[in-house]
Amino acid sequence: MRAEAKLGFILLLSPLVVWLSLLILIPHIDMLLVSLRERVGVGEYRISLANYLTFINEPLYLRTFIRTAMMSILATTITLLIAFPVSYYIAKIARGRVQSALFLLCLVPFWVSELVRTFGWMILLRETGIISNLLQALGLVDGPVELLYNDAAIMVGLVYTSMLFMVVPLVTTLESLPDEVIEAGYDLGGNGISVLREIIIPHATPGIVSGCIVVFMLSLGNYLTPIMLGGKDSLWFTELIYSQFIVRFNWELGAAFGFLLLGLSSFIVWGMLKLTGQSLEKTMG
Amino acid sequence: MQPDLECVNLTRRFGDTVAVDNVSFEVPRGSFFSILGPSGCGKTTIMRMIAGFLEPSAGDILIRGGSVIDTPPNKRPVNMVFQHLALFPMMNIADNIGYGLRRAGMPRAEIATKVEQALERIGLPGIGERKINELSGGQKQRVAIARCMVLEPDVLLLDEPLGALDLKLRERMKVELKALQAAFDTTFVYITHDQSEALVMSDDIAVMNEGRFEQVGSGQDLYYRPDTAFVAGFVGDTNRWAGRIERTEGDGIELRTDSGMLMRGAAHGRVLSAGDRAEIFVRPEAIRIAHSAEELSHFDNQMTGRVGSILFNGAASRIIVQDSSGNGEIEVNLPQSGEFSTLTRGSEVQIGWSGAQGNCFAAAVS
Amino acid sequence: MIPTIPQPRALSLAYTAYIIAFFVFLALPLVVVAVFAFNDSQFPSLPWEGFTWNWFFGSERPMIGVFHERPILRAIGTSCFVAILVSLLSVAVGTSNAFLFNRYRFRGQGLLYVFMLLPLVIPGIVLGISILVFSSRVANGLWDMAQWDWEALRPGLLLVILGQFSFIATIATLVIGARLQKFDRSLEEAAMNLGANRLTAVRTITIPYLAPAMIGAFVVAFLMSFENFNTTLMLVGSDAPLTIAMFDRLKEGSTPLLNAVSLLLMIGSSLLALVMIAFQRRS
Repeated sequence: MRAEAKLGFILLLSPLVVWLSLLILIPHIDMLLVSLRERVGVGEYRISLANYLTFINEPLYLRTFIRTAMMSILATTITLLIAFPVSYYIAKIARGRVQSALFLLCLVPFWVSELVRTFGWMILLRETGIISNLLQALGLVDGPVELLYNDAAIMVGLVYTSMLFMVVPLVTTLESLPDEVIEAGYDLGGNGISVLREIIIPHATPGIVSGCIVVFMLSLGNYLTPIMLGGKDSLWFTELIYSQFIVRFNWELGAAFGFLLLGLSSFIVWGMLKLTGQSLEKTMG
Repeated sequence: MQPDLECVNLTRRFGDTVAVDNVSFEVPRGSFFSILGPSGCGKTTIMRMIAGFLEPSAGDILIRGGSVIDTPPNKRPVNMVFQHLALFPMMNIADNIGYGLRRAGMPRAEIATKVEQALERIGLPGIGERKINELSGGQKQRVAIARCMVLEPDVLLLDEPLGALDLKLRERMKVELKALQAAFDTTFVYITHDQSEALVMSDDIAVMNEGRFEQVGSGQDLYYRPDTAFVAGFVGDTNRWAGRIERTEGDGIELRTDSGMLMRGAAHGRVLSAGDRAEIFVRPEAIRIAHSAEELSHFDNQMTGRVGSILFNGAASRIIVQDSSGNGEIEVNLPQSGEFSTLTRGSEVQIGWSGAQGNCFAAAVS
Repeated sequence: MIPTIPQPRALSLAYTAYIIAFFVFLALPLVVVAVFAFNDSQFPSLPWEGFTWNWFFGSERPMIGVFHERPILRAIGTSCFVAILVSLLSVAVGTSNAFLFNRYRFRGQGLLYVFMLLPLVIPGIVLGISILVFSSRVANGLWDMAQWDWEALRPGLLLVILGQFSFIATIATLVIGARLQKFDRSLEEAAMNLGANRLTAVRTITIPYLAPAMIGAFVVAFLMSFENFNTTLMLVGSDAPLTIAMFDRLKEGSTPLLNAVSLLLMIGSSLLALVMIAFQRRS
């Protein structure tokens, strides 16, 4: 490289390196170190796996961890099932103005804060809420019904909150499938189901993978929705992290929890990429 | 013998526009039939109606004598090679070719044999495991055809499949497609806007314009005996002049072009009378060029002019001759003997042609 | 299953009905929030007590409107301050990164690119705690070494800004990088051919070409920062941005004041998004 080009290279490289090392790499290494130490006295620490052992030996922690993972997988699946037909409609059936209008409508809810969306569901679902009143007015139930503070409410909130992140990649990949290819599938004797299975879904796989990764991540790391819609005992892993850090001030255990969450999410993302033969650059970039 | 494909009064409207206007035609078994027309003439609409992706507004489509109007596209005994081929990128070549057979519920082993046979037939044995994007343009073409042909359709539709190829490859594929058609012995219906594709490959060609068929016939028919001014102008290169008829004499006419040239032509049975506006078409290769007027004495059109410009293009070289007044321009093919290769701009030349070569049509009323 | 393939009527009707149901599902919570901003009651729920503007303009207890509620106004200001800084920083670093990955080929580039994407797959709350842990270690270290208490490294706005920046920068890089990828480098060569030096060519040709993406990235970064919750929650100090302030209020029980704030947020972000779309259509 010529001197000028080399200077330019260094100038462009340094912000990236500073950002990634000071805000991502070193903090995570530091968090790992903190999670690996045990407090033995005032200001005295030693390296041990005590925090991770606490996690394994305390049924509540382990159960919450597994429950969070399972619920997130379920939320991802439901989001995919709901979003796929919608994305297909937007990408392949709606045309022209309707198409762009529908796509824009999908984005609207996500321009406002997650807090507002969750708040909306609270107004709808709670005992004095709209749906409870509606059911009473229709004579389907006798008294007010509490629809909030249960797992179904958490699920509704998670699915709603993540919808956009499934719809956008799906619409993008489905749009790139030429009509001609679908027509060829029918022309050669395929029907709706076989065309879906052999042509549309394989084509949409990169979109499905990136949508699922993001939705899973967002669900796993969500704090607001489980707290607000699931109530105090919603048993979400992020709540444990928050309470160790902010309420109990046990940073060592909190950092260990944080690392477990990170490990779980990385593992699932990695597994999904491996399973479908995709790479992170292609799915995210 | 019953035709493989028959369209009866086929019409398709989009709102107020009529894309296909009452078109009827038959395609005999085993023939190569082309629909030739400029883009937007409605040829793609016809093809999509035959394939089942568009419903006709009126009329009927019969395949081997049976109407297929109510048959969905996946059940019709026609297959289509799409404009951009529409090979399935998510499958390898063997799976692409076997796709239709799997849909038909054929056992696996049998599919494998059929696919291998098809690959051999198109001259690409043993590439079944490769991916679509590893193929060259011409190979993709052949795979797309094989994918349809394993289903043994009554009619194969081809929607300008050569459009995306480069010139050299296109020339080769023309010959190859014709050979494949003969090898499979299937009826091909081919649509294109490229006249040379249609002329080289087809048994019969329909020239289409603004939703209607102008003429159906062999390549020679269209080229030498066009029925309409559109066909005369669209198929092959030609000189074209508008003018007024001065005199008629049997089939022969005399016409003065708007640029002032007087020339003889032929009505070929069309009704034309003195005073009518008309168009005359003369192909550049029908015009002889000579050094002296005597050599051209047997032609009823003779002219002296100057070389306006020379368009050298190997065997297809031409000159543009300006008539003595300087207003009229005539394109003339140079003989391939090279005898006129020393012509320069401004040289004086004699040209002449037979009046029978001057196809005359009444000018469109406008 | 595309319009050119004939389908049974019942199936396409059912499909359309599903799409309508989906959009009702999508709109419902937002509509409900908006409507109850005008309920003349202490609670954002039925029964409907009549229409009022008080939750926007009211100045007396018990109905103090948004525009007279100082803590909320201050939280909005804090959020804007944080969002603008985060967006500026992200767009600047994002542009630099886009050029780096587009213009240079170097060893480890692929690895670095994957590493650059990682902040997107790290849960926000983990990003938050890792930065919290590290910054307090630095702060403690400074105190131990130099008896210097650097207040900014304790939970507060600086950490909130850094925490949000740590992942929004990735998004800005992707948005700007996508447009730079489409840039035809011969335009720059043409500029140099006409007498510009390399830097001038970039400044006069490439940057104007990138401008729509940079503005787009700015708006996206602004919205993401404004509505960020998870990372902010772990790093916030005494100056709470709006989402945190609203969250604290919501925990204590909600009044239609929150609906009014939410409605303003919806209008604000929709306007911002529309401006961005209009701008990108134009160019």
